[in-house]
Amino acid sequence: MKPFARPVALAIALLLGGTVAGCGTNDAGSPAGSGGSPASTAGASATLSGTLTVFAAASLTGTFTQLATDFEAAHPGAKVSLSFDGSSTLATQIIAGAPADVFASADTKNMTKVVNANLIAGKPVTFATNRLEIAVPPANPANITSFADLARPGVKVVVCAAQVPCGAAARADEASAGVTVKPVSEELNVTSVLGKVIAGEADAGLVYVTDVHGAGGKVKGVPVNIPRATVNSYPIAGVSSSKRSPLAAAFIAFVTGAQGQAVLKDAGFGAP
Amino acid sequence: MARPDVWEFRAVPRWIVALAVLGALFILLPLAGMAARVNWPDFVALVTSDSSRAALFLSLRTAAASTVLCLLLGVPLAIVLARGSFPGQRLLRALVLLPLVVPPVVGGLALLYTFGREGLIGRALDVAGVSIAFSTTAVVMAQTFVALPFLVLSLEGTLRTAGQRYEAVAATLGARPTVVLRRVTLPLVLPGLVSGAVLAFARSLGEFGATLTFAGSLEGVTRTLPLEIYLQREIDPDAAIALSLLLIAVAAVVVALTYRAPRRRHTRPKGRPATAGPPPREAATP
Repeated sequence: MKPFARPVALAIALLLGGTVAGCGTNDAGSPAGSGGSPASTAGASATLSGTLTVFAAASLTGTFTQLATDFEAAHPGAKVSLSFDGSSTLATQIIAGAPADVFASADTKNMTKVVNANLIAGKPVTFATNRLEIAVPPANPANITSFADLARPGVKVVVCAAQVPCGAAARADEASAGVTVKPVSEELNVTSVLGKVIAGEADAGLVYVTDVHGAGGKVKGVPVNIPRATVNSYPIAGVSSSKRSPLAAAFIAFVTGAQGQAVLKDAGFGAP
Repeated sequence: MARPDVWEFRAVPRWIVALAVLGALFILLPLAGMAARVNWPDFVALVTSDSSRAALFLSLRTAAASTVLCLLLGVPLAIVLARGSFPGQRLLRALVLLPLVVPPVVGGLALLYTFGREGLIGRALDVAGVSIAFSTTAVVMAQTFVALPFLVLSLEGTLRTAGQRYEAVAATLGARPTVVLRRVTLPLVLPGLVSGAVLAFARSLGEFGATLTFAGSLEGVTRTLPLEIYLQREIDPDAAIALSLLLIAVAAVVVALTYRAPRRRHTRPKGRPATAGPPPREAATP
């Protein structure tokens, strides 16, 4: 296959060329982070500059967007780049080498995965808690007033699948309340549950208190009135491979500090 | 396959070959990367668990149903688009192809706000006691929505290249339109029809976003293989990878068994559409 030898070599050359070019752009984007703070100390906020990449659980979308803006205002020269997704997706991405500086998870399980991969600097800190609430359409067509109502025949209930944190919490709450819910759908994430309730497809959905809060008037919340309701802890930590650890530490301190806690409380999160 | 009696022009510029190699690698390397991560000792156990089998069976069933639905709705649509002449034809074609460009999640939302309980049509259906959301029917509808353009596009192209000479001859011999369609047009475009149906089946098999948004996710009812993969990824990446490979294998087998590349047209120039004149002379274009 002589005629193919040269094209293949050309193809490989193109591939390599693309890789090198890719590295080039990455480097060009980051000198502010490494070179911009030669004498940075954790306390001196004036020298904290560069772009900080924060991977945060999807349920933190509203609060962390707000916190990032506030943090940037407090540290001119610092920029926070946010990536929101399910905690397990983010954990998988970080383990696969995604360039995160800070990881904020919606549960301890996924944080532990990253800790076990030796990718967390120091110890994760719990910065918020969350619990489930029943979301119903504003008109509450099935007249849901208590957790036990979810088990009524004919009521269309949507929950998270047991494999994701909100589903695990829902199962735990069912077990401790002695209620068996037969859902019409077990969604892959909490946003999908909320979406089904907002669309009026479901009579009720088990979501987080903060989701009901964030949906404004599109859904109504009915408290999960059971003893020993599941409480989810949200841990945050710096990623050990980060080149901007002072900035990461400053951001974590900001989230766990008074200003950050106030924003989280406003969104319905519980204190750690 | 070899036709030594026909001279064919086959020379391809080398730089085109180089780019083609890159293109093929771009698709094949990720597959190899995934195959390298498969936990082979547990592979059979992973893909034959109850939830995996329920998802695979549901996927095959719904994809087959949506392919039938695509044929029923897509063949007439392709014929009207290729043969008809009416105001708004170009707009209709653009709209029919819309599911190709909108994200499937958007398609799912559109279906939800149309056939859902609070939707445009769903409200009336709900009153009549018909509930589509969260049912297997919803899965089939979501798949048909995203797969239909593949069939229409493929068949319309074949219809246009096939031309209308034979149809015109049949009509002059007294065949009624339905007879022409059944005896001339459809046999003529059968390869395009088959490849369109295969594409539609493959697209249905891989459907994720619209299904998730419109149908929900419940084992054995609406949780198809792609949804099961996404869910397994949360707790058991090994199972997710094994199922992904299974999905690829099923799709590859179906496509390989039925899909034929369009035949080369090397001996005769393209049929001039809408002429019932003498057949073109047998001459290779220089």
